[in-house]
Amino acid sequence: MYKKTECVAMLLAGGQGSRLYVLTEKTAKPAVVFGGKYRIIDFPLSNCIHSGICTVGVLTQYQPLQLNEYIGNGQPWDLDRTASGVTILPPYQGKNGADWYKGTANAIYQNLDFINRYDPDHVLILSGDHIYKMDYSKMLRVHKEKGADCTIALLDVPIEEASRFGIMTTDDDGRITEFEEKPPKPKSTKASMGIYIFRRSVLEEYLKRDEADPTSANDFGKNVIPAMLRDGCRLYAYPFLGYWKDVGTLHSLWEANMDLLGVVPNFDISDPKWRIYSRNNAEPPHLIGESGRVTDSLVAGGCEIYGVVENCVLSGGVRVAKGALVKDSVIMQNVEIGEGATVNYSIIDADVTIEAGAVVGRAKADEENVTVVGSSALIKAGEKIPGGVIVAEGYAREHG
Amino acid sequence: MAVTGIIFSNMHDANIPQLTRVRTLASVPFGCRYRFVDFTLSNMVNSNINNVYIIAHNNYQSLMSHIGSGKDWDLARRFGGIKILPPFISAFDARERTLYTSRLEALKSVYNTLRHIQDEYVIMSDCDVICNVDLNDILRDHIANGADITIAVKRMRLTPEQARSNVLFKTDESGRITDVKANPVQFSGEANVSLNIVAVRTEYLLEIIRDAVTYNYTSFTRDIIRRRMGKMNYRVYNYDGYFACVSSLADYYRCNMELITNQYARESLFRMKDRPVYTKVRNSSPTYYSPDSSVKNSLIADGCVVEGTVENSILFRGVKIGRKCTVSNCILMQDTFLGEGVCLKYVISDKNAVVRDGRMLAGCEEQPYYIDKGKML
Repeated sequence: MYKKTECVAMLLAGGQGSRLYVLTEKTAKPAVVFGGKYRIIDFPLSNCIHSGICTVGVLTQYQPLQLNEYIGNGQPWDLDRTASGVTILPPYQGKNGADWYKGTANAIYQNLDFINRYDPDHVLILSGDHIYKMDYSKMLRVHKEKGADCTIALLDVPIEEASRFGIMTTDDDGRITEFEEKPPKPKSTKASMGIYIFRRSVLEEYLKRDEADPTSANDFGKNVIPAMLRDGCRLYAYPFLGYWKDVGTLHSLWEANMDLLGVVPNFDISDPKWRIYSRNNAEPPHLIGESGRVTDSLVAGGCEIYGVVENCVLSGGVRVAKGALVKDSVIMQNVEIGEGATVNYSIIDADVTIEAGAVVGRAKADEENVTVVGSSALIKAGEKIPGGVIVAEGYAREHG
Repeated sequence: MAVTGIIFSNMHDANIPQLTRVRTLASVPFGCRYRFVDFTLSNMVNSNINNVYIIAHNNYQSLMSHIGSGKDWDLARRFGGIKILPPFISAFDARERTLYTSRLEALKSVYNTLRHIQDEYVIMSDCDVICNVDLNDILRDHIANGADITIAVKRMRLTPEQARSNVLFKTDESGRITDVKANPVQFSGEANVSLNIVAVRTEYLLEIIRDAVTYNYTSFTRDIIRRRMGKMNYRVYNYDGYFACVSSLADYYRCNMELITNQYARESLFRMKDRPVYTKVRNSSPTYYSPDSSVKNSLIADGCVVEGTVENSILFRGVKIGRKCTVSNCILMQDTFLGEGVCLKYVISDKNAVVRDGRMLAGCEEQPYYIDKGKML
């Protein structure tokens, strides 16, 4: 049973996220833990449901186990629906052979059948690695008002960062006149956020054309958008004012976590009208012991803190023993930090044990890289992990 | 083993009249982020009891909104799952227009539903059983001993006040019940206190209910257990884990605080392997502690913002503590809001209470000061 749906969302969640190194060794980037009790994909999924979009295809490819398990039937986001909801779309074997998703555009092309079942007028393309809150229904309204073939969400970025993005030039009406993917010499600071709304018929036509072109990289920014511009399609920019962060690198992931701190944080995740939904772990409340001291930090359920925690984001079930100091760090679930240990300016992945007296990382300074410890690693008593180092997943842990 | 669970949501409402004025005892907040009924429901789910009836009495709107579809306890099922049984009052029979007051009367009123239970056994539980127990242990004991009824008890020391609101059992060496005291007056000392968890074969339970209708029995303890214990094999199951016995507001306060001070209590309730306690998911963000905050010895749920000083206290989900506040020995329920410079000692604030800037309120350990639900001070 499929009902006609005005707008279907397609969430690209297959990226490897290689610049997150050990954090994405065994998991896709959208399933990386963020903000104490979330995963990155919670943000676009929560945005969808708050924007009234309840048909979402999630395209997975790289290390999908955790991601598939996490999304499940979509219940935590209210996306377990009878005639729509969330659907996981992995690459598949077709009549003419099996194909991995070659690029963003190809991934959508391979799932045109999924889109067409709902007979939508518009298709929203999202990516699963951005942290932001956005009402897509407002963007859709503008898209319809302008009679656009494609609307691209636009963010003003500092000029020095502009060459990392697709950069566009627009006229007074917001119509896009030029679009360049990752230009070495950017002409403006109007960056594409990788969020597109296409008129479905136009999308289908251009995806088919793109597929027929053997020289194409099958990428929206590199191929599809420029081809539409060349043909004089109506492309509009939708300016977005608000917090948006691409958490593709270790530093930006750390930074985005830190942006959640503060009485008035850079990015507010506690708005009762725009709750970020996530899969729940039934953690008990957290305990701050007699000797514990927690300041300027976010603490999730199940933590037990007897040491000092400053300027940190702590996920569920973290234990900080007496005399330990944890500063400027992002600690993921079930990490144990032993007596007198020090963790400074680090990202510690899940299930890591840091034994008594161990030292991880160095105090934050300019140009210093964040220290990262992969999941399930064991940092032995008294061991010193120097600043900026990346410790492998399962390090020093005897298996079996 | 196929077992159906039955939960009584309103027994002992009178124990904590302050907190049950606007809700059932089942939905009284407890343990920083839970409601009483969460412990019983989690015990059932964790013991693979997936067919659960909650018998409601009055004020059960808060209970219904808490339970919802039962999804958060994994009890939204196509077959079985959770069902709330509202009070049954016939529109045509004036004599039936009073609500039940006892367990047995509650069961009588829902006999027509219970008749259709297909599981061989029933485990009945009150909603204020605060413990983390594997109910299959009780059932195995029940079957192994060929018992007709098995009631879980814990040996503990009681104050006269606690004894008055509990049922106490005496048994012979084999565990068979030889005497029962319901709500004894002026009792103090050690006794086998009923946890109000009862295992019974479904057929036998239905027979008891039919007898109760025929002979107009009203009390499970007096009319069934006491009258028949000589003839039938009624037994106790000795539970020796942690159990919080809440018989008054002071008990309520003490048992909550025990979760901070007593590691054994906290771990036996919250950290039992494969037996987590489930509650309604609220999707609160993690709790934020500001640079000026100072918190120690406290149990705190998600979604709070703490800018002041908090000691020896329990903060439920979504509590906001403004700057320069000092909160000590308090229980602040869901979404309590404290302005700036508020000073609270030994206070229990109910949901959505608001305390304006600069107010000072204090109770004491034996008599905590209670702020009504939604009250603005």
